[in-house]
Parts: sequence; structure tokens; C-alpha cells
Amino acid sequence: MSSADLGTAALAVAFGTALYAVAAGVYAGVTRRREVAVSARRAVYALAVLLVLAMVLLEAAYVRSDFSFALVAQNSSTDTPTFYKLTAMWSSQQGSLLLWVFLLSVFSSAVLFLTRHRLREIAPWATAVLAAVASFFLYLMVFSENPFATLASPPAEGNGLNPLLRHPAMMFHPPMLYTGYVGFTIPFAFAMGALITRNTGADWIRATRRFALVAWTFLGFGILLGSLWSYSELGWGGYWAWDPVENASLMPWLTGTAFIHSIMVQEKRGMLRIWNVSLIITTFMLALLGTFLVRSGILDSIHAFGASTLGTKFLVFISIALVSSTLLVVWRREDLRSQARIDTLLSREVFFLLNNLVLLLICVVIFWGTFFPLISEALTGTEESVGPPFFNGIIAPIALVLVALSAIGPLLTWRRNTWKTLRRAFLVPLAVAVVTLVALLAFTSAGDSVPALVMFSLAAFVGAVVAQEFFRGARARRTMTGEPPPIALSRLVGRNRRRYGGYIVHVGIAVLFLGIAGSSSFNDQKDVRLEPGETVKIKDYEVTYREPTVAIEDDRSGTGAPLSFGAVLDVRKDDEHFVMRPARNYYPSQESAMGPVGRFFGGEATSEVDLRWGLSQDLWLAVQPDLRKLKGPIRRGNDLPERFAGEAIVAVARHYVDDPPPAAFRAIVSPLVVWIWLGGGIVMAGALLALWPSPEARRRRVTSLYAARLGRELSRA
Amino acid sequence: MEVVLPALALAALVAVLVLAPLRTRAATAAPDRRDDLEAAKEAKYREIKDAELDFRMGKLSEEDWRALDAELRAQAIAILRELDRL
Repeated sequence: MSSADLGTAALAVAFGTALYAVAAGVYAGVTRRREVAVSARRAVYALAVLLVLAMVLLEAAYVRSDFSFALVAQNSSTDTPTFYKLTAMWSSQQGSLLLWVFLLSVFSSAVLFLTRHRLREIAPWATAVLAAVASFFLYLMVFSENPFATLASPPAEGNGLNPLLRHPAMMFHPPMLYTGYVGFTIPFAFAMGALITRNTGADWIRATRRFALVAWTFLGFGILLGSLWSYSELGWGGYWAWDPVENASLMPWLTGTAFIHSIMVQEKRGMLRIWNVSLIITTFMLALLGTFLVRSGILDSIHAFGASTLGTKFLVFISIALVSSTLLVVWRREDLRSQARIDTLLSREVFFLLNNLVLLLICVVIFWGTFFPLISEALTGTEESVGPPFFNGIIAPIALVLVALSAIGPLLTWRRNTWKTLRRAFLVPLAVAVVTLVALLAFTSAGDSVPALVMFSLAAFVGAVVAQEFFRGARARRTMTGEPPPIALSRLVGRNRRRYGGYIVHVGIAVLFLGIAGSSSFNDQKDVRLEPGETVKIKDYEVTYREPTVAIEDDRSGTGAPLSFGAVLDVRKDDEHFVMRPARNYYPSQESAMGPVGRFFGGEATSEVDLRWGLSQDLWLAVQPDLRKLKGPIRRGNDLPERFAGEAIVAVARHYVDDPPPAAFRAIVSPLVVWIWLGGGIVMAGALLALWPSPEARRRRVTSLYAARLGRELSRA
Repeated sequence: MEVVLPALALAALVAVLVLAPLRTRAATAAPDRRDDLEAAKEAKYREIKDAELDFRMGKLSEEDWRALDAELRAQAIAILRELDRL
């Protein structure tokens, strides 16, 4: 028995187990038979174990370069670095499907374990929904996309991993995105269970809220890693291109953000029930769409790593899920009516609703722009697309409103606010925003871009609001307890993690937008051809092309590229001098017709950008060597017997270094861009704080007079 | 054929794990809501503390806080009563 057979068997049994979990979940839901519900839950645990086995078997095949596995031969090779071998799985369609369902089984097991004593009516139905989603992905693998498919005659060497994907950020980007997509399946499944059983209160939200937050955090982290990859690997110098697949990952994050806010309104006020189930349905559908779009090939994308045959099946599944969940909402609309009404317009719940509408508006604009080529083709017969100016033009002003709302929200309380308390709350933060605005106008050139100027001021507003919240909270606690300020602050945050974690997230988002505004409004780019010794000036930098470099099987980024042609550049700024070394890596083609030497230059090539990070600005450099002068030496190398290919390549490299042609350079000075990722880091820190369990999770079981008991228990909360 | 044997072995292991609870038939009585109510109680306590913090920070007027606090405490007591009925 080979490991491929064992892997195929594990997937087949996993498919059967998932189908059993669906049937047992439904039966337990209908009959309320506890032992059947436990059996369904155990089936999900078993599913996770089987998929762990499948993952381990496939990873082991990658590590030992077992080219009898079609997948390993397709996107790995013996010279692929081990780190990239371990992560090459998700560069293929089959590997991605396995990763998706593996993560789903782990998340599903976790939530079902945590709720094993709770939600006894909802949980069996949620189990059935989770298992149904898993069944679909397993069906795809068992019947058409088997990751354990083998080759009758394995090749001696594999194709290797797509060079563009040989970047650390890109290796973590897909699992992070998938964790986000999969995580949103959990609240979706419990929402469906709540609708079926007519338990439409906040129980399902309390049980799955953390999963939604984990999903949101990972999806956001994945998106940021993707943008970091784009900035430092793709050789064009940007971090966001409004590419359809980028957009597809951003849309569920936006609706997920709206969901995380609006469920608080349901928890606190019993309102927005229809809205919340609709939001989680939308988010889950967009997550499926995001998974599907990456490989569908229906829209032109830089992510078109391989054509897929799954388009129709995915669309059928998405349609069934969308129609059935929507019908369920319509069927249960009476149970979803709100328990309370909005007291006044000046309340946190109203601003949460506004924030939701703004986020959905951004999502609708992105959806329209992303699918415009399909819409225009359907309506006019001609495929037209909208570019970044469309997205930037509409979304930039809406983003300003969003950041303003993220500042105002924390200042408001639930139900009602008086003008007096609001005046007191807004005074200092607004003053800080105005002072920032005036200072930027007086001392900087920020006024050259009005949207950037407004964004900087709003970021200061958010920062001041949150600082004030921490200060006033710590002061209030100090007054109540007499604790010293640092203790009061740490206990305040420790006992209100969700609130203060959320505020830190707001600061992170404001910082992130500050980075976007600065880098998109004030960046400077130059494309030049330089001979060695020539200099280009960009902003405050003088960049001189000192000399060309060639590395054979020694590329600086450790990607395993056999050939790397680069440049050494001397950079001067005021009294500062440093050296930068951008390069271009060449990966051999498998096309033997190009010749033993020519194939090393005829395959894929990637930019190895050199970046000088800075808090105020980055200097970004990429090089595109001109290889036309090497045609002669390459041709001569091709004419030699193949055993001399190594020497011939060394001769070509020496020719390039001894008689260097001009090289094309792209230089970019991008202000504040690093704050995008620092802002992302702050968001992650805030989300982790909000996720950390509170001390209140302790169980208290005391009996006494209710009011006295309430007072006693509250004093410990 | 080479897949069938491992598949049968894995299926047998899964069946032992998954079908075991079916042999001990549990009562189909009304579900125990204790853990759900405990979670609802904790959430209500959190709301009461949040409202108090908002008042102490000067974000809620005393009149609004007292009304809100009384309402939230009444809701918490209702949950406690329900818990004690279980």
C-alpha cells in the first residue's frame, strides 16, 4: 500500500464521514435525540483526524520530492528550498481544496467541542451545515481533483514552484485567507441552525462571535500579506492593484467588519436580527466566491496560476447555498423581528448602522467594478473593464467617512446621549484634529492633496479619541478603586478586553489608512535606463549604478533560482550613503528546444526588489537587465555538448559582468507606506486583545436573594 | 483495489468512534439550557459593568445611567430566576 493510496482512502472515508455527519445532524435536529447529535459531532472530529492524515501524507510527499504524486511533480522540484516545498501544496488547485476542507474540519471540531454543552437545539443543525460544506469540497477532491493522483511514469525532476510564489509572505497568504474564509463558515452554520430552530436570540452570536473575530483577523492579515508580496515581489511597486482576486478577498472582510459591529447591537439591544443573519450569509457567500474566483479564470487576474474546471460546480454550490439560506430568512422573518426600537438618533447603535451601510456601500462598489467585465459583456456583448481610477475615485471619499465614523463610535453610548456629555467627549479630540490640520497646512506640503490632508487629520482624531477613552476610563477606575494609574489602566483594559481591543483596532485602521493616503498621494516614481556610473535623482536621493552582478545558484533571497542578474547601486541622501542590490532571478524552462543554456533565460523571471524601509518614506528599487547583448554567447553555449552547459553559463555571466549593457531601473520613493503594515500590526494586536478570554468566563453558582446575589457577583465581574 | 483495503480499515476505525454514542441511548427530554443561560448572565453582567464605566467616565448622565442600570439589573434577575428554575 502506497502513501498515495492511503491518502486517497482517507479522502474517500472523509467524504463518507461528512455525509454521515450531515444525515446524523439533521436527524438529531428533527428528533432531538442527544446520542445522535453526539455521534454527528464525533463524525466531525473524525473528519478532522482523517484530513490531518491526508495533509501529513501530502506534505511528506513534497518533502521527499516524490514525483510519483502528480501534484508534487507539477509544482515542486528537488532544488526547491524545503520551506517552499512545505508550502507548495496550496499553489495547486487540489492542494488548495485540501487545505480549505482541512481548516474547516479543525474549526468545526473546535466550535462543536466548545458548544458541546450549549445550544443543544441549534448545534445539530449547525453540525449538518458545516458537514455539508465539507462534503462539497470533499466531493470535488474525491471525484475530480484528487490531490493524491499518481503518475504512471514519474519524471526524474519536477517543474518546481511558480517563481512568483517564492516569497515568504506569499506562502502564508493563502492559509491566512482560507482561515478567514473558513472561519466565517462557523457563524453562518450556527445562524442557519438558529433560523431552523427559531432560536433567533443572541445565543448563537455569543457562541460564535470569537470565531467571526478570528476569521476577520486572519482574513485581514492574509490580505495585508498579499499586499506586502505585491509591493516587494511583483516588480511594479504598488501594494494594491484592484485585481479581481484581491477584491474578492476584500469583500468578505468588509461585510465581516460590518457583521462584527452589528452583532453587538443584537447582543445589547436585541435589534438587527434580520440584518445580522443577512450579513453573515453575504459574508459566507463572498468567502466562497473568493475561493472560487482565484482559480476560475472567469476574470483576468495576476492570480491566474492555473485554469480550473470547477467553475460550474462552484457556481451551483454557491447558488444552492444562497437560495436556501435566503429562503430560510424569509420563512423565519416573523421570528427575526426586533425586540427593541432605536431610542434616539444620537446613539451608538445608529452609528453602528451607519458604519454598516458605509462598509456595504464600499463592498457594492467593489463588486460592481470587479464584475463589470462580465456585466458589460452580458449587456452589450463587449467586455469592458474599470481600472484603479474607478475604485480610487469612489472609494477614497467613502473611506474618509468610514474613518470619521470609527472615531465617533467610541464616543457614543448605547441608547441615548445628551448634548452635554457629547460636547465634553468631542472637545479634545476635535481640537487635536483641527490643530493637526493647521500644522500640516503650515509646515508640510500635505495640502497638495486634500483627501490625504483630511485623512491625516481624521487619523489624529481617531488617535485622540482612543487616547481619551483610555485616559478617562483609567481615571474613572482610579476614582472607584484608588489604584495607582498604571494598575488602574492595566486592570481597566484587562477587564474590558473586547471594548479596548476594539479601540486599538480602530487606531490600527486609522494608521493603515494614513499609510495608504500618504503613499498614494505623494509617491514619486522614475523609470530610467542607466549605464554603469550614471546617476538618477529621485526626491532627496541620488542613485548611482555602480556595477552589474551575477549570482549562479546563490540568489540573495534564497528562492532557489539558478541564475540571478542584478546591480549594485550607491545611494546618497544628504550625508547618508548606503548600497542597494536589486536583482532579477531567472528560472529554467522545461522546453528543451531552447537549448541547454537558452532554457535558463527562456523560463520565468522575477524581480527581487531591494527596499530601504523608513518610517517617513521608502526607497524602492527594481532592475530589469537587458539581455539582448547576451544572445551571441547563449547561442554559442547552446551549440556545445550539454555536459558543458555549466561552463557555458559561467561564460555568459562573465560576459555580462565584463561588458555590461545599460539596465532598466524603476525607482520609487513612497512616503509613509510602512505605516500600512504597522497599522496592520496594531489591528492584529487589538484583535488579539479582544479575543483573549475575560476573567468573567469563570462559572459562578451561588444561591441567595437575587438582588444581593447580583450585587455580589457583579463586584467580582 | 489497493485503495479499498486502507479505506475499509479507516472506515472501521471511524465507525467505532462515531457510532459508539448510539449504543447508549440518552433521554430525549427538553434540552438543558443551563450553559446558555450562564452565558447570557455573564453577558448581562458585562453590560451592567459597561454602563457603569460609561457613567463614571462621564459619557452617560446620572439620570440615564440609573434608568439603564435598573432595566439591565431587572433583566439579569430574570435570567437568575430562570437559572434557578432548572
